[in-house]
Amino acid sequence: MTDATTETIEADILVIGGGTGGPMAAIKAKEANPSLKVVLMEKANVKRSGAISMGMDGLNNAVVPGYATPEQYVKEITVANDGIVHQKAVMAYATGSFPMIQYLDRLGVKFEKDGSGEYNMRKVHHMGTYVLPMPEGHNVKKVLYRQLRRLQVAVTNRYMATRLLKAADGRIAGAIGVNTRTSEFLVVRAKAVILACGAAGRLGLPASGYMFGTYENAANCGDGYAMAYHAGAELANLECYQINPLIKDYNGPSCAYVTGPFGGYTANNKGQRFIECDYWSGQMMLEFWRELQSGAGPVFLKMDHLAEETISEIEQILHTNERPSRGRFHEKRGNDYRKRPVEMHISEIGFCSGHSASGVWVDENARTTIPGLYAAGDMASVPHNYMLGAFVNGGIAGADAASYCADLDLPAFDEGDLLAEQERVLAPTRRADGLTPHEMEFKTRRLVNDYLEPPKVTAKMEIAQRRFAEIRDDLSALCARDPHELHRALEMQSILDCADMAAAASLYRTESRWGFYHLRVDHPETNDEDWYCHTMLFKDAAGRMSHRKREVAPYVVPVEAEEMAAYHQLRVKAPQAAE
Amino acid sequence: MPIITQSSSAAVVIDDAKCIAEKGCTVCVDVCPLDILAIDEGRKKAFMKYDECWYCMPCEADCPTGAVKVNIPYLLR
Ligand SMILES: Cc1cc2nc3c(=O)[nH]c(=O)nc-3n(C[C@H](O)[C@H](O)[C@H](O)COP(=O)(O)OP(=O)(O)OC[C@H]3O[C@@H](n4cnc5c(N)ncnc54)[C@H](O)[C@@H]3O)c2cc1C
Ligand code: SF4
Ligand code: SF4
Repeated sequence: MTDATTETIEADILVIGGGTGGPMAAIKAKEANPSLKVVLMEKANVKRSGAISMGMDGLNNAVVPGYATPEQYVKEITVANDGIVHQKAVMAYATGSFPMIQYLDRLGVKFEKDGSGEYNMRKVHHMGTYVLPMPEGHNVKKVLYRQLRRLQVAVTNRYMATRLLKAADGRIAGAIGVNTRTSEFLVVRAKAVILACGAAGRLGLPASGYMFGTYENAANCGDGYAMAYHAGAELANLECYQINPLIKDYNGPSCAYVTGPFGGYTANNKGQRFIECDYWSGQMMLEFWRELQSGAGPVFLKMDHLAEETISEIEQILHTNERPSRGRFHEKRGNDYRKRPVEMHISEIGFCSGHSASGVWVDENARTTIPGLYAAGDMASVPHNYMLGAFVNGGIAGADAASYCADLDLPAFDEGDLLAEQERVLAPTRRADGLTPHEMEFKTRRLVNDYLEPPKVTAKMEIAQRRFAEIRDDLSALCARDPHELHRALEMQSILDCADMAAAASLYRTESRWGFYHLRVDHPETNDEDWYCHTMLFKDAAGRMSHRKREVAPYVVPVEAEEMAAYHQLRVKAPQAAE
Repeated sequence: MPIITQSSSAAVVIDDAKCIAEKGCTVCVDVCPLDILAIDEGRKKAFMKYDECWYCMPCEADCPTGAVKVNIPYLLR
């Protein structure tokens, strides 16, 4: 028996997450078939939610004719990920990249162009040229919102999805949402569901101790991974963590992708370059970590050698666009790019395919392993997706879901599943006292830092698993006194699920790979014989966390053995003096 | 275990003289991705209710009267 207020609505397609990939999925589903009812469920407000809430500094991975071919891009991403990629999905992104840029351009998103109206591409990656700056990139969310309205996508703000619903035959049947301000339930029955809930950005604890001072939008706490897991979907390569080089304490990008093309670079405490390439990869992070270990740190982003006009241009971009509070942070510290390099550090861990190669497994059509369930953006397994990847793969998911729906009746779900979920959700509201969501989240994330951060040590990760199990027992004391606290209590449970997945996935792959992301002290070598494969994590029929290997599908773009090592030679041979 | 309340400084500051919440404005509350702002029912002014800020700044950018100032939270300032 529950005392829950529950509304049920029906849709053809439910999109969960209204950040970047989610809106594009809804838009492309509607464009494919305007008669479909498409519902977009967002825990915040679609107008300002997700990673691009304030806009974006640039496209990090644009495949633009004349600068790179889809084949070159697929090769670069394969090499950057030590070969473990589903190339067909990367190729689907690469071929969809330029049409999506043109589409966004038509909708009114502003990209940097030269005098003759051509896109102004910049080189940041190790091999090819893929960065397209957006110095006026602050209107992206407005443009998306306008298009959602135009196409009559039904938006439900402030509903946090908590669990997926399935039909008896295993198809997806919808999802359960909880209002973050009233705790009322909304059940959306749907023929297809597209998950676009972003990264798991509240997994590790920032060194500042401020729980919401994360790199990712802190609303992205891993709900998507948890929902997919509990529904029985497979998740790929979760041991390939997201770990980023960020402004120390501020914990946001500095950002080398913007400053690099202007001549800024990452330097040690002597002002010397120590990495060849500032593109974020596991190998780059390994060199960063080694530099700190060697005593040559802190590591800085160096710009004080640049001309005044260049620095003002950089400031204009960095302080007005995606993370405008950067300028405010530097001001308080007395940081001036002209005089002092910006101190950097290594972020806490998270899951995010935007910058690594993990996530809910999807094929080249954005389909997960559950019929009717799709995933796109930072939470889906297409590597190095970034913003444009969220758009392209969101679009692919939307279009594919539209055709999947065509001759399908609305699947029925098991009423018992709904009741069980309502009980789980409301349990913390039934206690007058106990443990608060904040302290349980803080402790979980502190243990993630203590025991799961690389270099990964088997004995430490096993302790983590025991400590997480204790916290799971403590859930019986978790107390939420109002809807806001309940919202945090539910998020905390997603974070705990992700922490368990991070530990289990890291223990399963008994080799080292992806530079710092999966550096295992007990298994220091890369072992292609046993581990040249994806690792899949899933909930088995008995409800246990299980693993299996998935073969890497034959490449569509061949890569020679010597090319494969390109990202392993990132350390500068002999340190260069600062110019 | 009984629950106690602890205090911390509010990094997001609202200028009451400029805030027009009494006229029905709720823009900053609506846009905040972390849902940490609220309107004080008695004073009819917006305020930072929870110390859970991502310092992203839509609240400040979208406020029609320029009443919101986002400071970097003290722990990381
Ligand atoms: C600070 C920063 C800077 C970046 N800079 C760049 C850059 O310069 N160039 C570039 O190409 N990429 C950049 N990226 C990466 C890029 O922004 C992301 O890869 C992309 O936006 C991810 O899109 P998404 O749709 O997966 O996630 P998001 O856009 O984050 O959307 C996820 C949405 O899901 C919602 N949500 C989460 N859980 C639930 C739930 N349970 N129920 C309902 N809704 C939920 C969230 O509120 C959010 O709105 C940056 C990322 C960050 C964080
Ligand atoms: S947006 Fe500005 S005016 Fe409106 S409630 Fe918030 S602070 Fe007040
Ligand atoms: S800065 Fe962002 S998280 Fe903080 S109050 Fe404003 S909108 Fe909310």
